[in-house]
Amino acid sequence: MDILPILSTLRRHKITALLVIIEIALTCAIVCNAVFIISQRLDRMSMDSGVDEHRLLHIQLADIGDTKDKKSRTLTDLAALQQIPGVAEVASVMQVPFGNSSSNSGIKLDPKQKLSTLNATMYSGENLVPALGLQLVAGRDLRPDDFKDFDDVVRGAAAKDAKSLPQVIVITQNMAQRLWPGQQALGKQIYLMDYPMTVVGVVKELIRPSIWDDSAKSYSMIFPMRMARGEYVVRTKTPEDRERVLAAALAKLKEINPHRVVLKKHTFDDMRHDFFQNDRAMAGLLIGVCVALLIVTALGIVGLGSFWVAQRRRQIGVRRALGATRTNILRYFQTENFLLATIGIVVGMVLAYGINLLLMVHYELPRLPGIYFPVGAVLLWIIGQLAVLGPAMRAAAVPPVVATRSV
Amino acid sequence: MFTYYLDLALRSLGRNKILTTLMVLAIALGIGASMTTLTVLHVLSGDPLPGASGTLFYPRIDPRDQDSYEEGKDPPYQVTWIDGMNMLHAKRADRQALMTGGSVPVQPAQANLDPFYSDARYTSSDFFPMFRVPFLYGRPWSAEEDDGKARVVVISRKLNEKLFGGKDSTGQILRMKDTAFRVVGVLDEWRPNPHFYDVDTGKYAASEDVFVPLTTSHDIRLEHDGSTDCWGTGGDEEHAETQPCVWLQFWVQLDSAAKVAAYKEYLVHYSEEQRALGRFVRPVNVRLPGLMEWLDINKVVPGDVRLQTWLAFGFLLVCLVNTVGLMLAKFLRRAGELGVRRALGASKREVFMQLLIESGVIGLAGGLCGLLLAFIGLWLVRRQPSDYASLAHLDMAMLLTTFVLAIGSTLLAGLLPAWRACQITPALQLKSQ
Repeated sequence: MDILPILSTLRRHKITALLVIIEIALTCAIVCNAVFIISQRLDRMSMDSGVDEHRLLHIQLADIGDTKDKKSRTLTDLAALQQIPGVAEVASVMQVPFGNSSSNSGIKLDPKQKLSTLNATMYSGENLVPALGLQLVAGRDLRPDDFKDFDDVVRGAAAKDAKSLPQVIVITQNMAQRLWPGQQALGKQIYLMDYPMTVVGVVKELIRPSIWDDSAKSYSMIFPMRMARGEYVVRTKTPEDRERVLAAALAKLKEINPHRVVLKKHTFDDMRHDFFQNDRAMAGLLIGVCVALLIVTALGIVGLGSFWVAQRRRQIGVRRALGATRTNILRYFQTENFLLATIGIVVGMVLAYGINLLLMVHYELPRLPGIYFPVGAVLLWIIGQLAVLGPAMRAAAVPPVVATRSV
Repeated sequence: MFTYYLDLALRSLGRNKILTTLMVLAIALGIGASMTTLTVLHVLSGDPLPGASGTLFYPRIDPRDQDSYEEGKDPPYQVTWIDGMNMLHAKRADRQALMTGGSVPVQPAQANLDPFYSDARYTSSDFFPMFRVPFLYGRPWSAEEDDGKARVVVISRKLNEKLFGGKDSTGQILRMKDTAFRVVGVLDEWRPNPHFYDVDTGKYAASEDVFVPLTTSHDIRLEHDGSTDCWGTGGDEEHAETQPCVWLQFWVQLDSAAKVAAYKEYLVHYSEEQRALGRFVRPVNVRLPGLMEWLDINKVVPGDVRLQTWLAFGFLLVCLVNTVGLMLAKFLRRAGELGVRRALGASKREVFMQLLIESGVIGLAGGLCGLLLAFIGLWLVRRQPSDYASLAHLDMAMLLTTFVLAIGSTLLAGLLPAWRACQITPALQLKSQ
């Protein structure tokens, strides 16, 4: 196909050609960035929590009045929950992944340090590692003789009594790598306020209850503290048991002490669903906009293409009369669209890159990966070709006899 | 003339249905998307207390220790119990209130209602007049009741409906955490957006259902919600009133610029005095942001919403470029007709006006369809789970904006095609007929 005649024709239709180019460029720039944001959100939504989500339940209760014997009540609750058929593990905990409310603390590697090295979240509760289904990758789990009662720890901290505080700790692999890059974390010490704690175990992954910075999402520590706050994690033997166990557990807890209120009761799958609801909504909206954009662009090409064909009926007829085949005419319009799309795509890529730079500054988005450029180009080429097909076929159908008519 | 052009425009639109539909559709989609996101942005960045927000300020001082001190950094977002109480009792502002969020177990007297937890605000008496809180029945509690740790409570209209069937319940007893409180007031509907006085317990949360004096809440150890930031060896919730932790919000009302300056002066003096006492160790660092500035500092409008608005306007731009192209096609196709009109004596200006009116009509149609789409869009937004979702409604200002934007942008899009169509040489068109 000869490109030069197409170019010379386009030169006489500068504005229309320019509009097609601008439209394709804008669409390309917006869609590339939107798809990139969508992929970021989808990645975030499939974030690994490190816990055995499909078999976990979370129940949170609150007392109506003051209760004195919280500790023994918790033991009763735990024993009763363990009795329910289908229950594998239970734990009374301080906080849970996807729970949104969290306790966090600055960590130091040296007590003389002024600024903390990093901020990590604090999980605790006896039997927490098996109950959450965490994967231990080094060292050991916390042992019963490591544990202290939470209230004693608080009192000890207020009295500056180091002996009543936890001595050992389990941390996540990510946190260990951040604190001691390339080194073995076991046996090392970290300082919380001014008190040292020795790392005895490392778990593969455990995300924070609330994530305000994705890069610090797995800085979690597990303390040997027994909790008695009425917040329980139940791990069932199979995922199918969950609903039944949840109902049974609530009935049992209510039976043990009717004078309390259930604040939360859900499966971890539901918690994850709720936790990422904003990301899901954003991704959905972006998908909608991308589809709408591509449709509008395609319709624009169809509209302009039809106009173009109508305007050049006579010219087409002449060409046909001079021996051009239908395929020649079809190819002509297809090539024309391909040329316009290519220019639009090139401009669009530059624009996409510029928008991405802006987003990187204002919305802390990473750099647009290179793969988006070829994929975006192919997508727009295909859309352009499909959109121009209708008008081009109509052009090809113009009979040579048109040339002889005075329009 | 206008009506004649309007008539011409309507006829011409009817003549080429596909092109017209495409144009109207493109504009409708663009307007619908941008109005949906713009409305959400408009609602979220609104003034929670129109008329009063200019006199409300959020004093900030820095009581932290020397650890982690970095020069030029902002003071903490909240205040300690000691500083809050000191500033509250100093009464240097026209009004002042110290507060924190919480949740309380409510024990209804009716046997058919189970106990439940309600969101609560523990605050001091000025809260109500300062934030212009409307009362349905009764009154706020008094400053004396604050000092006396009185067992009094103000409840929301919603809670009053639930517990007392909507009747005037002042003087009634409400049991919370095994303690009898006397209802002194019932609020009317009140939901300031954003939830400006405590963005930490939900930036667009509904206002609380239970209001209790801060002193009382502390006396009977009601549970406190929201972030607590401690330093040094702080963190003992049992003795929160002496701990080096910030967990309370402090607001003041200052009715004139002179008073604002004087209050800032007072904050400096207060910090210096505390430094002299050895309680504060950092260099004096005070701020006094106004309400709207405070919302900015806290970035209450979600980044996602801003991003969506940008995206929608990008989409509108593509739709408009598309419309320019289609209009160009439509106008140039009518070269013959326009040539005749020109030859019969219509000036370029008149032809231009005629075509612009035609674009205006397209814009109006696009705007109407876009409005419909925006209503659907906002309905979809309201179905989202975010806490601001329920606020997404179109108001008068936004309705007007929709049409201004739709017609304005379409006229803008019509400028080029109309200008091009005017350039047609009548003679040439007539010859080729």
